[in-house]
Amino acid sequence: MKEKFRLQPRAEQKIVQVFLYFLTSVAVLVLFFILAVILKNGLPQLSLEFLTKNPAHMGREGGIFSTVVATIYLTFIALLVATPLGVGTAIYLTEYTFEGTVTRIIRFGAECLAGIPSIIFGLFGFILFVNKLKFGWSILSGGLTLAFMVLPTIIRTSEEAIKSVPAAYRLVSYSLGSTRWQTVTKVVLPSAAPGIVTGVILSIGRSIGETAAVIFTAGSALHLPSSIFSSARTMSVHFYILAREGISMPKAYGTAAVLVIAILLINIITYYLMGKYIGRSSRS
Amino acid sequence: MARHKSGGDRLIRLSLLLVALSAISVLAIITIFIFEQGLPIMAKYGLKNFLLGQDWFPSEQSFGLLPMIVGSLLVTLGALVIGVPLGLASAIFLTEFSNRRLSGFLKPVIELLAGIPSVVYGFLGLMFLVPFIRKNFGGPGLSVLAASIILGIMILPTIISIAIDAIRAVPDSYREGSIALGATRWQTVRMVVLPAARSGLVAGIILGMGRAIGETMAVIMVAGNAADLPGSLLAPVRTLTSNIALEMAYASGEHRQALFATGVILFVIIMILNFLANLAARKQFRK
Amino acid sequence: MKDRAIQVVKFSHYYGQQPSLKNLNLDIYRKEILSIIGPARSGKSTFLTCLNRLVDLVPASRVEGKIFIDGQDIYQPEVEVAALRRQLGMVFATPVPLPMSIYDNLVFGPKLQGQTNRQELDHLVEDCLEKAGLWAEVKDRLKTSALKLSGGQQQRLCLARVLALKPEYILLDEPTSGLDPISTMKIEDTLRLLKDEYTIILVTNNTKQAARVAERTAFFLMGELVEVNDTEIVFTRPADKRTESYIEGKFG
Repeated sequence: MKEKFRLQPRAEQKIVQVFLYFLTSVAVLVLFFILAVILKNGLPQLSLEFLTKNPAHMGREGGIFSTVVATIYLTFIALLVATPLGVGTAIYLTEYTFEGTVTRIIRFGAECLAGIPSIIFGLFGFILFVNKLKFGWSILSGGLTLAFMVLPTIIRTSEEAIKSVPAAYRLVSYSLGSTRWQTVTKVVLPSAAPGIVTGVILSIGRSIGETAAVIFTAGSALHLPSSIFSSARTMSVHFYILAREGISMPKAYGTAAVLVIAILLINIITYYLMGKYIGRSSRS
Repeated sequence: MARHKSGGDRLIRLSLLLVALSAISVLAIITIFIFEQGLPIMAKYGLKNFLLGQDWFPSEQSFGLLPMIVGSLLVTLGALVIGVPLGLASAIFLTEFSNRRLSGFLKPVIELLAGIPSVVYGFLGLMFLVPFIRKNFGGPGLSVLAASIILGIMILPTIISIAIDAIRAVPDSYREGSIALGATRWQTVRMVVLPAARSGLVAGIILGMGRAIGETMAVIMVAGNAADLPGSLLAPVRTLTSNIALEMAYASGEHRQALFATGVILFVIIMILNFLANLAARKQFRK
Repeated sequence: MKDRAIQVVKFSHYYGQQPSLKNLNLDIYRKEILSIIGPARSGKSTFLTCLNRLVDLVPASRVEGKIFIDGQDIYQPEVEVAALRRQLGMVFATPVPLPMSIYDNLVFGPKLQGQTNRQELDHLVEDCLEKAGLWAEVKDRLKTSALKLSGGQQQRLCLARVLALKPEYILLDEPTSGLDPISTMKIEDTLRLLKDEYTIILVTNNTKQAARVAERTAFFLMGELVEVNDTEIVFTRPADKRTESYIEGKFG
């Protein structure tokens, strides 16, 4: 009798273990399957030509050069705007004020912003930048929309990074007669820089992969953008259009492979930096 | 010593405060814009007609969003049915039943996969999942089922990653205490670890839910997008997000306003979810 | 001789509602070493941070009463805190080299004030390191990270870094609490040399250290100043029973 009572939980454990193992395998295999399919079908499409030639015939022929350029422009503008805002916010929250109502409001705003779906950002960018401010479908409209979208990420990672700078450094800096701003620029930011860079890189990844917020703000013109007021098609949008309208599956796979490889590389760099310089908690 | 208070510091503080208000300002502006564009038409035709109307014929002033609301909730629920068991099981397995080496390798890899753009998930759904469903279960393939599965897979990395963090945050002393009392590993997990990590797990699930309900492009590619109440899991479906994305390009006048009204409803649903997520996360910290 | 450099008048400090310093009255004379002894949490360190207003950085912190330094009430709004802190250089309990080279640590303060002349800075660095007894050990690796120094060396670096500010006062908050006896001895030697030029306030939880280096000693208990007098008197004929018990090691 006693033996049985002891065995039962063990048997239960064995069953559960097998079950969990099975579910985990399914999850992991599905995720790897996605990666494998994209790389298997996409890698053969890749060539120097694919990367350096503009798309022709709606993307049926040629490469993806103009979309790579558009993606870089858009991402650059997004970060040019979001980084100072995000890092500035983080500096204010950590260095210039004590915890209180104001910090709570600011954090609440950032948290809510992080939860807004990208299509809403797209709608908003369309009304504000494209229509009201008359930037039209343009790199500028898309970049600004993306900037708002990644702002919460930059705030959060910068704040984590700044918080992880030892408090003793600040005390020493102040005790040596520095003002707040000197402490921030000469001691806090240099120490927090790798963590802040991590957040920026993470945001680059998100910007590159975004479609919904970009398609209504930057448009989908295929030519090489000539200024920030040109409409432009990013890689993600290009991939979406190729795939959804069935224009060319091989080109779609090729574009997807470039996208995925770019983002994986970016995430790997981020992961490495993160492990090295800041705590685990700041990951999304 | 020079004893003059410099005005510079005050100026910097003020500028930084303005910068720090950017996030909340952007939130406010977005809210105002979406509501400003969406509310008038909701007022004109009545909230009830928007929430409960079943016919979406924008050209005939018929703006029933019920099929899309149901569609969004349905595919989100479907995503959770798929993503949560797989995600939690993976998290439990990787933290409690596998060696450190395996979980140390798989967790970062899974987190890397979280960065894959959603369009890629949608595309693969279109290429593999949709034909598979059409062949084996009938129907057009573009369906509630397809959208649910794709979203479920898409939110997997988020759920796994956050669940692992929540489970790892449970102090080892809890486990040791339980095992010292003669509990098996599984009993310990079920009766001690999971309850202790509960609110963290809930927060992860709600975050995944937020991603699922907010996703647009992946859903458009696999859901079929018919603006009707779906009759079965194999019927096509249109979500709130898809409704906006599909028609925004050519909508004008009241039609466009109705799309913003769609945005308002989506916005409200997301804010409620956000609120719940915060509540759950805060509970975790208080412990 | 009895030139009062710092006057503390009816001074109290609170963390929120909790008083941490209660109605202190204390004069500190120019170019003396005053040591402050007392058990943990008696307000010794808080007192130091009140002198250079580092306490401003603590949330919900509040002061009452006055502290005059060279006749200036330091809690008046016109006081420039950064300048005040340069005048009262502080060394902390744990050595905290900033994550930069030895050289950059030393010139951190002077550079904040816009001092950029390379030669002057070089001189200053050598001079301060010499005074802190560290020059011989580090002169060949000034450009290497200060984090690579040993604990004792780091603390002497921190002392040298304070000297580079050209302060008039040096505040030391249990500077040898984490150090080995030899490093402690080196720091104490340095302090004895420095007292001709600086007014030194040494917080220590090591009563013997106070006896070794200080001319006068103050005894703090639970935020109150129990007594202050010549070190010899405090240690041999204390006026207060509590001082006696503390020195004899009955508590704290």
